[in-house]
Formats: sequence, structure tokens, C-alpha cells
Amino acid sequence: MSSTAPTLAPPTNNAAPARPPLTRKALAADHPTWCPGCGDFAVLAAFQRTLEKLQFPQESIVLFAGIGCSSRFPYFVNTHGGHFIHGRALPIAAGVSLSREDLHVFVFGGDGDGFSIGGNHLVHTARKNVRITYIIMDNFVYGLTKKQTSPTSPFGFKTKTDPTGALDQPINPMRALISSGASFVARSHAAQVGHMTEMMERAARHDGFSVVEILSECVEFFPGAFDAANPRKSGAFTLIEEKTHDGSPADASRHDPTDEVAAFHLATRPWPGVFGVFYETDRPTKNRLEADLIARTKEQTAGKSDLQLLQSTFARLR
Amino acid sequence: MVSPNSSDPVGGAAASADQPRPIKDVVIRLAGNSQDGIQTVGAFLARLAGRSDQDVMTYMTIPSTISGGPSIFQVRMGTGDILSAGDQADVLVAFYQHSYEDHLEALRPGGVLLYDNDHVKPNPDDKRFTAVGMPITSRTIEAVGGAAKDKGKNLLVLGLLARIFQLDVAKLTALVKERFGGRPEDVVRNAMLAFDAGYAYPADNIRDCFFHLEAAARTSTRPQVTMDGNQALAFGLIAAGVRYGAAYPITPWSSIMEMLRTELPKYGGTFVQAEDELAAVSYALGAAYAGHLAVTGSSGPGLSLKMEALGWAVMAEMSLIVINVQRGGPSTGLPTSVEQSDLLQAVYGSHGDTPRVVLAPKNVEDCFYIALEAGRIARRYSTPVLILTDQSLATRIEAFDEPDLAGLMIEAKPDLVERGANFKPYPLDRPTRHAPPGTRTASGKFPNVTGLEHDEDGHPSGNPAMHARMTARRREKIKALGASLAPPEVHGDPAGQVLLIGWGSTWGPVREAVNRLRQDGVKAGQLHLRHLHPLPAGLQEIFARYRDVFVVEMNDEGLYGFGQLAMLLRARYASPTIRSITKTDGLTFKVREITDGVARHLEATNSEVTIPPFSS
Repeated sequence: MSSTAPTLAPPTNNAAPARPPLTRKALAADHPTWCPGCGDFAVLAAFQRTLEKLQFPQESIVLFAGIGCSSRFPYFVNTHGGHFIHGRALPIAAGVSLSREDLHVFVFGGDGDGFSIGGNHLVHTARKNVRITYIIMDNFVYGLTKKQTSPTSPFGFKTKTDPTGALDQPINPMRALISSGASFVARSHAAQVGHMTEMMERAARHDGFSVVEILSECVEFFPGAFDAANPRKSGAFTLIEEKTHDGSPADASRHDPTDEVAAFHLATRPWPGVFGVFYETDRPTKNRLEADLIARTKEQTAGKSDLQLLQSTFARLR
Repeated sequence: MVSPNSSDPVGGAAASADQPRPIKDVVIRLAGNSQDGIQTVGAFLARLAGRSDQDVMTYMTIPSTISGGPSIFQVRMGTGDILSAGDQADVLVAFYQHSYEDHLEALRPGGVLLYDNDHVKPNPDDKRFTAVGMPITSRTIEAVGGAAKDKGKNLLVLGLLARIFQLDVAKLTALVKERFGGRPEDVVRNAMLAFDAGYAYPADNIRDCFFHLEAAARTSTRPQVTMDGNQALAFGLIAAGVRYGAAYPITPWSSIMEMLRTELPKYGGTFVQAEDELAAVSYALGAAYAGHLAVTGSSGPGLSLKMEALGWAVMAEMSLIVINVQRGGPSTGLPTSVEQSDLLQAVYGSHGDTPRVVLAPKNVEDCFYIALEAGRIARRYSTPVLILTDQSLATRIEAFDEPDLAGLMIEAKPDLVERGANFKPYPLDRPTRHAPPGTRTASGKFPNVTGLEHDEDGHPSGNPAMHARMTARRREKIKALGASLAPPEVHGDPAGQVLLIGWGSTWGPVREAVNRLRQDGVKAGQLHLRHLHPLPAGLQEIFARYRDVFVVEMNDEGLYGFGQLAMLLRARYASPTIRSITKTDGLTFKVREITDGVARHLEATNSEVTIPPFSS
């Protein structure tokens, strides 16, 4: 794991008034409206556990979501946040992230929101490396609108919009994210709360655009979709073994998450593939680059106030 | 000279050599290709007028091609109020044969035709003008020499105009040096060589056409600033406290985002070039949610793409400034021409019932002040505010009194003061005041902003009564704004035969039209609307004082014979006296087109009021 961003670490200022630790109880909000048995319940539990570990100040946590079952997430966590329009949660969250360095911005959504209607934003938020943690609950189907084909629906999957089976090749989220330039790309499974928590924590500590795709079963419209990766359903939850750089012979065959090509190869493994951190790189965030631009620009303006700046501009326009 | 108020003839046999004749104002049209730098010359003349305490207005057309193509820049400068860029030119500078052929009819009979005789062969039988040929291209090559070829012929023309109009050479050369400051030394040197060659061109040929602009009689003691409408808007936004924004490039909006991208970092802010229009409005809403006053902008097609998010902004009650620099539509339409055809989109676009605020600046100066007003309204009412400007305002240069920035500038910071136990994001009895992220709350509960219908706490609610109450709440706050607006003042006769209503950039031509109607004995007034939605109170009383009410706007008369504002006014006031004067040629209104429009209507209704046809 690469060095985490110091700016994202919890405050250690001893002078600040002591506040009670952030607990799951304090984070509880509306009771989720998901169907009984929905994988998203486990994602919610893992996220609350993650926040308990991170201990960010509660008022500095911001959750945004678009539209879909999983996009109801912000209502179920007691933090600042918002429920935006379909597919655009990333750009609104990026607007928050880029204008407020003091906040920790999370985005939640599903496969339709992220890979279909919001696909363009996924590519560009990744490219720009905006400091956001994005949790995608991928269920391979449109659930809120009651079973239409999603961009990750497997070929041949029967839905109301493809009654004879899906005809279009599904997106491979890991490949798409790696090639778009996301600087942290991981994959997990809603039946693995411990693993989800670990991935979410690493994603949240990553300084950049970090994405965790979580296979989260829709019990209503695609039951059993992810059994192949669930040991309790006779599947195999195969973890990515990351290099420890201990020099041992075993380490040679382990995955180097900074190796983009190796990550891409991992992403092409046959279904159900592997789980863990595929790719992680230390690349300047847009947040940092914009802050540097401001700092450089302000150096040239020699400590002038906003009023003095505008006055001197107008003086040039006389 | 040009001005209808001036009886001084120009050119022709009456001219006396060597003695420049005084004139009140002059309209110069430069016609060439877009790469000739005629905009640069026009901008120099405009800025010079501003620095000489004269009033000035410019008008330009730009080809929508990538490089090249015919282009014009028209500048009108002089003493007294300059309300339009002029129906006809007093001086036409024609760089090419096509410039001559396409723009000769824009020259007033008796006006001066200055042409490049390296490229232009004027019709020798056309005796309507004082034609002065000079080898502009070869003179420039001769003067500048080297590899520059004919680059610099714009400066040569500037030198020539400086001589003809006895312009202040010291001020002009200072402007040229400022403009090219920071560029390689030979750029400034070549510019000055060309300028001097133009200024020194043997005067015998043109001495019949020397003029002297009368000294200005400004009452204001403030210095004038000279800029185009997009610049004024960008600086107005900065003065209003806007520090964050996002957009996607589109003509003619782009220059605002280019300026903000350059300027905002100086103020500690950021302007994001988003991947598309949907992302742009979303980024801006993110900054707004985060507690800032944010802006996004576009032109017509881009505004259409922002509409879904705009619906969210109304529902979630977010402060946001949205600028639409209108152009000819629909679709890609006429991207470098002007139209006022996005009014209904601005007022009613989006889905569901989405009351929001729509403002329109009347001139370049007002672009600055309307941005400040939009900021005040957006903050106070937690609402998106659309500013409808247009291509002609975007590119038009005017001089105006430098604003009192010290008294106007807003220092904006997110309000992160802890909220009390009874904090609600959407209270039924009070306006929304969001608690931006980072704000602590006494209750320990944090608010959600949402596009779902919600209760006072922001929780989703499908309760029928709640939807009705929340819909009313969103509507009533906009109505409250309307009720608080002072009725606009009427220019001209306070009552009488004809009331001309305009909005946006037509303010100047409509004002001039009213002045001419009154000179012709018609009792006429002008009502200009800056607030288009909500409308200010008291309009009905004003309409009632006139027999005929004509709404002048640059859009189509539509299926029912009424332009877009006329439709809104007829719907609102159900008054049959409201009728339309519209046009759809992608060009700004000429004063004569408005007076002719009034005459046509009155003839059609067999009015006793007769208006003589306008002659310039």
C-alpha cells in the first residue's frame, strides 16, 4: 500500500476540544428502504465500520449519490450529504471536493448510475484524479425500475428489456477504471464484510480518486448472481495477494498494485475473477494541482486583497 | 455627421480643405476577413473613446468558420449617449472586393468609402460616396518590410483614421504599446511602423474628409472603463463573490469561462472545465452545496443540457448563477449571431414546476451590475438565477463609469456556524438557509439535500399534502421576490400612444426608436424589463397608460403571432393591446426596423397616428 495522504488523516491537534469518538450509533440515520436480504445492507454496515475506524470529524464527511436502489445510501448515514440526479453524483461530489479541502467526500451508486448514464463522468473524474472515494454496488441489473438490463448484465441475462437475453457485451468495471486513470481500483463482495471494510478504509485513505466495486446481490431481480464468488454458496472468493517486497521467492509471483499492465491482466481473469486491490498509484490529484495553481498565482499578486485585485484590473481597462 | 441629430453634411463638394469639421459622433465600419485584426483596430478606437471621456459602442460579426471568412467591426463614438452601434456607417473601410460589395449599402449616402485599391475596384459610376482609395496592402508591406508581409495593415488603417479624425495620437500609441506589451520588441516596432505609415499618408488625397470630434461633456468625475459584455459579466461575478464555477466551452459563452479560469485563482478560487454541460452544472452545484456562490454558463444548446440539474437546484433550493449567452437557434443554429430566443427555455425549461429567477442585462455596464444582483437574489432566496445575455452584448465594447468597487465587492465565505437544535433545511415557515458540510448541528443530526420531494427535514416524502405545500413554498418565494421589485421607470412620454417594451441588449435601439418617434410627434415611452421572471409589480398600470403596447425582441413571432416575452406578458396580463415587433435575421435591431415595425402595426389597424417613414 502506498503512503496515505496526510491531509486525509484524522486531526491530531491536541488543542482542539475533545469530542466523543464517532460510533455506529451516531452514524445511524433513516432505516434503509432496501428489500430484505439485499446485499447493500452489508455494504452499509461495512461503511459505518469504516467510518468508525477512520474517525474523521462527523461534520466533515459528505456522502453523495445519484439514482438507483444503492443511491439511497446518503439517507441511511448520519452525515452531511445529498441525493442528486441520475448519473451525475461524481461531478457534484467533485464540485464539493475541489471547493472544500476540509471535507471527506464519498459517492455511492450502482452499475447503471456509474457505468451507463454516468459513464462519461467516471472516465473524467478518474482522469482528473479528483479526491473522492466512490463505492459502486454492482448488482448486474436495474433494481429500482424492476429488472431491466444493466451495463454489467451478463450476456444472455433475461430482463424486461431483453426478454430473450441480453445481447450487449457487459462492461468490465476493473478494466474500464484502470484504463480511465483511476488511481485506486479495488473489488470486493457484499458477503465479505471484513474485506469490504478493509478495501473501503484503504480507498478512503488514498489521496486521489479511489473506487471500490462491490458485487452486491439483488435478491429480487438477480438472485444468486454472485454465488460463484461466495464460499458459503460453494463459490471461490479468490483474493489478490499483494507483493510485500520481502525478497522471498513467493513474493515474485505476487501482484504489484502499482503495475498497471499486471492489474489489467488480473481484471481479465474469467468469472468470478479475483478480489482486492487491482491498482494503486500515487499521482497528483486535481485538488493538489489546482491548489498549487492558486498558490503560484497568488505569489504573483503579492498579497493584494480581492478588492485591490479587481481595482487594479479595472485600472488597466480605463 | 452621422447622427440624425447632426445636420453637418459630410464629404462632397461642400467640404473645405484643411479645416477639420466638428462632428458629434461617427460610425466607422471596418470590413475585412477575420484574420485581418480589424477587431483589434475597433477595440483601440473604442478604448481611446473611453479614455477621451467619449461614449462608445461597437458591433461585430464573426464568421463561425474556424479560420478566416468575412468579418466586420463597427465602432460608433462621440459625445452624448451612444445607444446603438448605428444603423448606417459614416465611414466604410473595405479591405477586399467582397467587403466593398457586401457593405456598401451599410454606408450612408454622402459617407466616406476608404478602400484598399490593391484589392478593391469600386464601381466608378457610383457617386453616392466620397471614395478614397489607398494601397493599404502594398503600403503596409513597404512600411513594415521583412517577413511580416501585409500583417499590420490594420494598424496602418488605424493610423489613417487617427489622421482623418484628428484622434489623440499620444493616447493611441500608448494603447498600442499596452496591447503589445510583453510581446517581442519587433512586434511593437512593426505595429508602430504601420501606424505611422497610415498617419503620414499623403493628405492631399483625403484632406477633404478631415473631421474633429467635439469635446465630450461628461458630468461624471469617475474615470471610464472600456470592455465588452462578457468581460463585464465575468468581473461582475467576481465582485459578487463568485469564486467557484464550471462550464463546457461553447460560443459565445466561452470567453467568460476563459476569463474566470484565469482570474479566479488570483482570488483563491477555481473554475473547472468540465467534461460536458451536465457535469458543468453539477460541479457548480457541488460548489454551491459546499457553501459558495457558484456559477455555470453556456449558450442555448448547453442550457438545454443543464435543465435536469436545474430542476434539482430548484427542488433542493440551491443558490446558483447560470449564464446563457444567447445565440441564433435552434440546435447549432447560428452560433456567432444574435437572438433572444431562449427566454421561454430560461423561464420554463426543465421538468415539473420549477420556478426560478431570470434576469437580463440591458447593456455592457449592466452586465457587471446584473451579476451582483443575481448573486444577491441567489443567496437570499436559495434559488438558481439565470442571466440571459446574448452574442451582441458578449462582443460589444462600451465605455462606462468605473464602478465603485469598494462599495460593491462581496466577500463570500461559507457559513459554517453551528446550527441550533431546531435547524431544518426546508422549513415551511421560513426561507431555506442551508447548513453547508463542515457545519455542526446542536441536534447531532446532519441534513440531506435532495431532489426527491421532501419534508422540512429533507426526508423523502410522498405525502400528497406535503408535495402541495412544498410546491407552494418554492413558488411563493419567487413571487415574494417579484413583489419586492420596484416598477421599472418609463423613458419618454409617461402616457400616450405607443409603449415599446424591450429586454436585454435591445435597450439602446429601443430607446433611440422612442426618441425618434417622439421627434416625429408620437407620444411614446420605453419600458425596459431587466427582471423577466418574476416580473416586477406595477406593469399593468403602466400598460394601461398607452393605447398600443409593442414588445420588441429578437425572436420569432411564433405560431400565434407573439414573440416570447410578448407571450409571457399576454399570459400574465391578458391584455389585447400587447403586440409584437420581432425579427429573426441573426442581427441586432436597427432603430429604423423598430420604428418601421411600429408604423406597420399602426397602419394595419388604421390608426389616426401616422408615422412618416424614417430617413437617416
